[in-house]
Amino acid sequence: MTVTPANQLEERTPDPKGAGPTAITSNSPTALAFARFRKDKKSWVALVVVVVYISAGIAAPFLVMFGVLDPQTANQDLLNANTLPAGDFWGISWTHPLGVEPGVGRDVLSRIWLGITYSLAVSLAAAFIAVFVGVALGIIAGFAGGWTDAIIGRVIDLVLAFPQTLLLLAAAPVGLAILTEQLHVPDGALAQGMFVVLVLGLFGWTGTARLIRGQVLSLREREFVDAARLFGASRRRIWFKELLPNLWAPVLVTFTLYMPAFISAEAALAYLGVSVRPPTPTLGNVLKDSIQYASGDFLYFFAPAFMIALIVVSFNLLGDGLRDALDPKGDR
Amino acid sequence: MSNFWPGDAGMPSEEPVGEDATDEVTEFQEPEMGHAASVADWGAKPILDVRDLKMYFPVKSSGVIRRTIGHVQAVDGVSFQVPAGGSLGLVGESGCGKSTTGRLVTRLYEPTGGSIEFDGRDITTISARSLKPLRREIQMIFQDPYTSLNPRHSVGSIIGAPLAIHQVVPKDKILPRVQELLEIVGLNPEHYNRYPHEFSGGQRQRIGIARALTLQPKLLVADEPVSALDVSIQAQVINLLQDLQREFGIAFLFIAHDLAVVRHFCPEVAVMYLGKIVEIADRETLYNRPNHPYTQALLSAVPNVKQAAIGGRRERIQLEGDVPSPINPPSGCRFRTRCSLAQEICARVEPPLLQIGKRHKVACHFAGELGHHPDRPITASLLGVDDTGTPDPGASPATDLGNEPGYSDTWFDLERKTMAKA
Repeated sequence: MTVTPANQLEERTPDPKGAGPTAITSNSPTALAFARFRKDKKSWVALVVVVVYISAGIAAPFLVMFGVLDPQTANQDLLNANTLPAGDFWGISWTHPLGVEPGVGRDVLSRIWLGITYSLAVSLAAAFIAVFVGVALGIIAGFAGGWTDAIIGRVIDLVLAFPQTLLLLAAAPVGLAILTEQLHVPDGALAQGMFVVLVLGLFGWTGTARLIRGQVLSLREREFVDAARLFGASRRRIWFKELLPNLWAPVLVTFTLYMPAFISAEAALAYLGVSVRPPTPTLGNVLKDSIQYASGDFLYFFAPAFMIALIVVSFNLLGDGLRDALDPKGDR
Repeated sequence: MSNFWPGDAGMPSEEPVGEDATDEVTEFQEPEMGHAASVADWGAKPILDVRDLKMYFPVKSSGVIRRTIGHVQAVDGVSFQVPAGGSLGLVGESGCGKSTTGRLVTRLYEPTGGSIEFDGRDITTISARSLKPLRREIQMIFQDPYTSLNPRHSVGSIIGAPLAIHQVVPKDKILPRVQELLEIVGLNPEHYNRYPHEFSGGQRQRIGIARALTLQPKLLVADEPVSALDVSIQAQVINLLQDLQREFGIAFLFIAHDLAVVRHFCPEVAVMYLGKIVEIADRETLYNRPNHPYTQALLSAVPNVKQAAIGGRRERIQLEGDVPSPINPPSGCRFRTRCSLAQEICARVEPPLLQIGKRHKVACHFAGELGHHPDRPITASLLGVDDTGTPDPGASPATDLGNEPGYSDTWFDLERKTMAKA
């Protein structure tokens, strides 16, 4: 039981597949999480829905480019005298599977489909900002402690106490003006979208920051960090090898749960008229436009509402499923 | 140590047996195969020399402006030596500063005062860079096998990390070394690609021990290495530590609150109370003839299997009250608030850690064996105070009552109240 001198040790490299007669299969925490997720049927359904939405969102601009979807042409000839779609069942036909919208007569399917693209793009960008800011500030607060932590904590309190909706309504014209005039963003859908993304992202990071701060506080006190310090690991190594691998799971879960929150927030903002405005469609502004026709053209109202509900529920289920898979004991 | 089988909870060769406890004060089961209590080599040179070590943690007020409103005196003037290849036990109840002492020795904390000398080098205020080579010499075994291993790293990378950082062996030889270490601690070497969650508590603790061994340290600080484990697994891990100590000549600073485990493992034991060492002695003296009322109370609380079998009732010394706050410890002797012997002098003058035997030091004004405590403070004349602790202008206090680590050749004989020599 003595230690072999280094020059007498046999050379061996890890067998990547763990093959060989004495192979012992092993499961990393990630592999275990995948295995748990695979058994969770509900999350699988949610994942499929989410993937379908994302693919549809990516495909929509190309379909518009090739003329398969046409969200802008006004088909006035398909409307009756009350400007409602002519024909039974809200004007459903092979060329317009969800009918045309009352008033203007644009194809409803095309508008909703392209709306998915814009809604997802807005939520995705906002979620990226919120998670990035939240994770960065959470890690800084958790690790620095003291003054830095206190200041970040007070900023979080301030942001949470802010009357966001009022600010949004009041500041929308100002914000848009700054974007277009000071930052030279072309006026229109892009500037409006950027405004929504910034507002959602910059008000939404607080939850992540608090969560990550707590995680960092608990992780840095674990004894394996002391052990790493004891064998002389650099600060960098402790950060990237010891702490961050334990943080990506909560980050992934938060990100997945930000998406549905921001999709419905975009719809709410659209209702208040501060999101991306028509003629560019989003799920929110299509829904807003349809509300006035809810009794006259039920399908036009129901379709965008259903699409929003479906994606929000799916993302939520996916987030819950991921959390259960990655973190089965609630903590640790 | 190589006949083991994967998936087994431990090593079959060292299954604890339900043998009757032969020890007087202990329930700790003596394992079957040649693991007698560790024996000291009293001639060994000290590898660790800790002198008047202090650690005060600041207490901050709440709010944005955090002023320091006090200090937790976690460790307050502790001195001891650990002989090369030997082991010193550090016992005491929760919060007495024993873990803090361990973390100071490994320099996880920066001491507030005092000095730590390792192998002749003062490492008290050494910089992080010059500390790195030293990290190979002093390692630590942690208390909680569930938080001391990173759940996202495989066992191979946990044990191999110190090798990679210190470039002890070339990269392609890390794996065989890891497997060798796994074998040494009694785990299956093919389990290098497993993750901590796939092991039991005892196996995880072995992984932690293997990690501590990678750099072949001279001193291991074992911070309650078995208190999180089942009693049967405790025996296996203690045996493993004893084997390792014998094989590699590693010195141990063994921190525990289990008196039986410490008795088995450490030829020399120090008892801490509220940041201070109250009594330090070799095993036989401390367990058979404790002189400090706190040590006596601690030992009386250890369950005694033999006595329980006979049906006799043990005399238990009940300590009243709680441990006082280390933020504002009592004046004089820190134990006086719970001590049945306490008199006026105890509140006025702090008792020095007085050597009263060849390898026996005690910090009490009324030191004596249980039931034979003196009526008058034995320390009064040495400290130059009268029996109530008031300074005596005519007295000539002894000057060499300093807080020195180790033992000197002369000591104060309690019976004759004079200095004695071996």
